[in-house]
Amino acid sequence: MKSFKDVFENYQWDEVKNKLEKVSLSDVRYSLQKKNKTLEDFLNLLSPAASQELELMAGMTQMLTQKRFGKTIQLYAPLYLSNECQNICTYCGFSLDNHLKRKTLSDTELMIEASVLKSMGVNHVLLVSGEANKIVGVPYFQNAVRKLRPHFSNISIEVQPLLEEEYKLLHEEGVHSVLVYQETYHQDVYREYHPKGKKSNFHFRLETPDRIGRAGIHKIGLGVLLGLEDWRVDSFFNALHIDYLQKQYWKSKFSVSFPRLRPAEGIIEPNFIMEDKDLLQLICAYRIWNEDLEISISTRENEVFRNNIVSLGATAMSAGSKTNPGGYAVDKESLEQFETSDERSMEEIKIMIKKSGYDPVMKDWDSVYSGF
Amino acid sequence: MNNQKLEIAGRIFESRLFLGTGKFGSLTDMVQSVIASETDMVTMALKRIDARSHEDNLLDSLRETNVQLLPNTSGARTAKEAVLAAQLAREALETNWVKLEIHPDPKYLLPDPIETLYATEELAKLGFVVMPYIHADPVLCKRLEDAGTAVVMPLGAPIGTNKGLRTQDFLEIIISQSNVPVVVDAGIGAPSDAAKAMEMGADAVLVNTAIAVAGNPLNMAVAFKEGVIAGRRAFESGLGAIANHAEASSPLTSFLFE
Repeated sequence: MKSFKDVFENYQWDEVKNKLEKVSLSDVRYSLQKKNKTLEDFLNLLSPAASQELELMAGMTQMLTQKRFGKTIQLYAPLYLSNECQNICTYCGFSLDNHLKRKTLSDTELMIEASVLKSMGVNHVLLVSGEANKIVGVPYFQNAVRKLRPHFSNISIEVQPLLEEEYKLLHEEGVHSVLVYQETYHQDVYREYHPKGKKSNFHFRLETPDRIGRAGIHKIGLGVLLGLEDWRVDSFFNALHIDYLQKQYWKSKFSVSFPRLRPAEGIIEPNFIMEDKDLLQLICAYRIWNEDLEISISTRENEVFRNNIVSLGATAMSAGSKTNPGGYAVDKESLEQFETSDERSMEEIKIMIKKSGYDPVMKDWDSVYSGF
Repeated sequence: MNNQKLEIAGRIFESRLFLGTGKFGSLTDMVQSVIASETDMVTMALKRIDARSHEDNLLDSLRETNVQLLPNTSGARTAKEAVLAAQLAREALETNWVKLEIHPDPKYLLPDPIETLYATEELAKLGFVVMPYIHADPVLCKRLEDAGTAVVMPLGAPIGTNKGLRTQDFLEIIISQSNVPVVVDAGIGAPSDAAKAMEMGADAVLVNTAIAVAGNPLNMAVAFKEGVIAGRRAFESGLGAIANHAEASSPLTSFLFE
């Protein structure tokens, strides 16, 4: 069966890196004025040379995003189910070697957390967990989705990579989107950061979006952990992945997220620092290359950046987020995955979006389309 | 057909401009544009309607304007999903009107003609006033008529592109042979596009992106209203034929009679 691995193997990390460095300003300008943008154009817009055209890129990004998505921002919030994890990921608060008390929400606790989200006006919810298949496996997720389904219009998951059949089961329960980040496409660096656990299998993770696509999931979310390796090269591979998937699974939507490494319990310093101007360039490059891509901005980013990104390519934002299981009500002090930066409430974010001339959208899906 | 008011399923429409309600920067912009456009019918996605919440509610705001609400099934990938959505919308909005949108492709949002035909048959049987969004396909339009559609809504260009009437040749065929009103939907980017569609004899147009994303949505809504009125008046007045040959100053065939 064809998978992204077949495409991925035709590309070498160092070749992409060299290409990026050799891009000239005239290459960038050529790409900007072209009608139909290709991956080559994405690479040009991602290059160090393109940073000189950031203002022009920002203008194009605003115009293209408004044309396709209107002046709207979809709002959602995460609901952490569990911080149990059998993986060692040296940058993550949930890493197995982080000897702290673990927490998995019971049914009652799940509903208490959900009621807090409902009172915040949340209608699109993202369920998150670590990777602990025995405690928090498919039956746990099925049960959680079944319980939450009557209360939320749209349910997404960001959990361990699963099998195609398992994604099908969750799709049948009403899961709309699945997010899975490759973290880095650099195989050696991947091994270094993921020394133990199921996650150490690079290729199993690489082929996960194929399994999600085959299961007929409505939306697939991708991303790389910005800070593990050179963000330009990693982002090129991420776009290569999206490009392949979009052609292969044409009934699914795609979204991209930009997790920049943030402080968490016991983590190492990022190897590669990504500045705000770099992140903006990356978002613009994605938008100019791919007009239909959903762009999601989490509370990892700071207030100033989030205020400005509303009109510069973003289509979805989380708000009022807690990144620990029970964080909204039942166990506020449990181990968190990362520290959020923008700590404003959902209400404050809605006001900020309106002030920018945009409409905060709480509901943009109906469970009738998931068969309920 | 000339000088008659537009009638769909027994309802008379004073305005031949329909509006979409998505993509606006605020509910206020949307409502003001709806009012300024003097439209009689607006469409809204069922997936955006939250019947349980009354905060910033799209539905409450629209109800105040007294226009015909036309729920749409955007998000449906199959006939089955669309039929379920239409039934839910009928309950939530208390209307049996539905704009049928089935686009399994989330990238270009192009309609699936096969599923659309199935859903139209089913919904017509269930008593819905069906307004299907389709490709500018003249044969499909005739098939939809047989299935009991209330109108046909062929696209001018891919949705949201503002590219205008790229499907003009096919729209002309559809208009010339249709027994139901033809509403040009999608792609209309400027009032001149709307006027052009009306000059061609389309019965109405549906506009969303071009108004919602304009620098001044309210003024753009007025511009579209005027474009539609001008185009319709031109059609009803009988446009002069466009000569596509030169007229020689001395007749070329006069030698025959010398």
